[in-house]
Amino acid sequence: MDRMHWNTKALNRADRLARSRHALRGQLVGKQVATEAIGTLLEAALEPNDRVCLEGNNQKQADFLAAALVQVDPQRVHGLHMVQSVLALPEHLDIFENGIARRLDFSFSGPQGARLAKLVSAGAIEIGAIHTYLELFARYFVDLTPKVALITAHAADAAGNLYTGPNTEDTPAIVEATAFSGGIVIAQVNEIVDGNTTTLPRIDIPGDWVDFVVQAPRPNFIEPLFTRDPAQISEIQVLMAMMAIKGIYAEYGVQRLNHGIGFDTAAIELLLPTYGESLGLKGKICRHWALNPHPALIPAIEAGWVESIHSFGSELGMEDYIRARADVFFTGADGSLRSNRAFCQAAGHYACDLFIGSTLQIDLDGNSSTATLGRIAGFGGAPNMGADARGRRHASPAWLKAGREARAGRGGASGTPRGQKLVVQTVETFREHMQPAFVERLDAWTLQEQAGMELPPIMIYGEDVTHILTEEGIANLLLCRSDAEREQAIRGVAGYTAVGLGRDRRMVENLRDRGIIRRPEDLGIDPRDATRNLLAARSMRDLVRASHGLYTPPKRFRNW
Amino acid sequence: MSNLTPGLESLDFSFTGQRQAGRFEPVLVGVVGSGNLEVMLEPASGIECTIHIETSARGFGPIWEAVVRDFHQRHPLGGVRVSMNDMGATPAVVSLRLDQAVSELPA
Repeated sequence: MDRMHWNTKALNRADRLARSRHALRGQLVGKQVATEAIGTLLEAALEPNDRVCLEGNNQKQADFLAAALVQVDPQRVHGLHMVQSVLALPEHLDIFENGIARRLDFSFSGPQGARLAKLVSAGAIEIGAIHTYLELFARYFVDLTPKVALITAHAADAAGNLYTGPNTEDTPAIVEATAFSGGIVIAQVNEIVDGNTTTLPRIDIPGDWVDFVVQAPRPNFIEPLFTRDPAQISEIQVLMAMMAIKGIYAEYGVQRLNHGIGFDTAAIELLLPTYGESLGLKGKICRHWALNPHPALIPAIEAGWVESIHSFGSELGMEDYIRARADVFFTGADGSLRSNRAFCQAAGHYACDLFIGSTLQIDLDGNSSTATLGRIAGFGGAPNMGADARGRRHASPAWLKAGREARAGRGGASGTPRGQKLVVQTVETFREHMQPAFVERLDAWTLQEQAGMELPPIMIYGEDVTHILTEEGIANLLLCRSDAEREQAIRGVAGYTAVGLGRDRRMVENLRDRGIIRRPEDLGIDPRDATRNLLAARSMRDLVRASHGLYTPPKRFRNW
Repeated sequence: MSNLTPGLESLDFSFTGQRQAGRFEPVLVGVVGSGNLEVMLEPASGIECTIHIETSARGFGPIWEAVVRDFHQRHPLGGVRVSMNDMGATPAVVSLRLDQAVSELPA
């Protein structure tokens, strides 16, 4: 670092811009780069060992720029340090195979998790760390600031202003960090408007933060991750949803919440206007959400349950519905959704009283993880949603009640009054193919050994989990007063898994007497009432009907 | 045993009932489909509750035993034959179907 000069970033930026303009010549008009010249631009603007964000979101992907980066000359561009939230496309790993990139800091690798694990063990990728979304965005402003950001938006105008469309997602966080630290921002867009006869619906990213714009030959890829077909929701999931609503949401008066992805939580969403209504809970629970626009929430929105929803991203097919329900969703003056992953993660962490989500494995301490052997996947936002916000200071009845339960009878620092976030893990005791959800030892420990990680990849720590919900009942871990009680509370809802069969029956009955374990019958729920007829929509078609034809489902779905 | 479909496992259990089921029309609930099962209850002579299981998921005998033992503790019926055709239902679904079937019996 040369501290005789204080403008090295600006000089370096000017160099890169000059090199790029020179290389592009007639293929650059204003900020607009000819589509076929993208390789020229990347080779001119990038320098070896640059820190680069290749925008990979949970949903939308800068797929054209990803494909172009794979094609650059490794003699000129190599050793890149990639800092992006999601590795979704094969190209995100191809660049490591051909030496263009070397180091990786990320949050979630979903579909690429198995290949990532192979490349790491072959020494082709150096992983800095696996972060939560919020954590990675935070590091963009501390020690992982991108030098070059390769982003994607729906449209640009001649000045380089960008309209992201409803899937704003990570873009504002990435561009803010890059543009205000002397970096270069290159955007792929689906269309370009001239700014006179055609204009952007709104401006999501101001043009003076954007250096180059290139029109992609195809619209950017967006994955419909949050669509769940109600036809696939089982009676057991209905039963568990009834227990969640009556035994947790109503019990604590949960007004503000976040739902994880999956059929378990879709079942809850679809039971609000039916079962929830029959319990007289409308207006008393589930009014404010940090949530992607889940199609399964349409019936509850239509029935007047929902006051507000802020979203991390959007969901394909929900655009017109969102536009028509602008009182509920965060929309621009143009009418379309503005999502924002960074803000929504902050909202979920600090302003929600409950998170409920599913997992693959839970151990006897209540630690849970979706990490499986042979895959390095990360957890995206779940650890922030599913963690008590220790910095929170505002009170709400749900938060205070959870805090009271956790602290009753305790003295000293651990008895100091404060609230606690409700963190619920909902699992059927056996997953498909009779894989037990309850285990003595998480696969995460073996994965830690295999991949040489410093810590086992645990998604939600047992210390943060307040309730475990299975078809057998609810275990309230807030009320447990020892590790032994906690273990038996978990065994007591673990059904016929080896962990469940290993319970101390007398101790479990004692926990039940104290309300730490509650069975469906303790909650006044008859499992035989848990039929699919309780679902406010039983098919995709029902959802479309509930939306008055405004929701147009995508062609394919993905199970979690 | 010769007419068993390859891959199917056959399990049998028997419990002594404390309450006779009496006479009733056979009861059938559930469907044979992936992750689901069919449960049939028929009257039988004697005081036993016999349970016959045909399952596509092999190697889960101890879990079946625990599931049907708990079932018989909830409903200590005698004079009844329970037959199940299973295609990989979880214990939760099995217990639910058994309870649904019993609730169809005359009170």
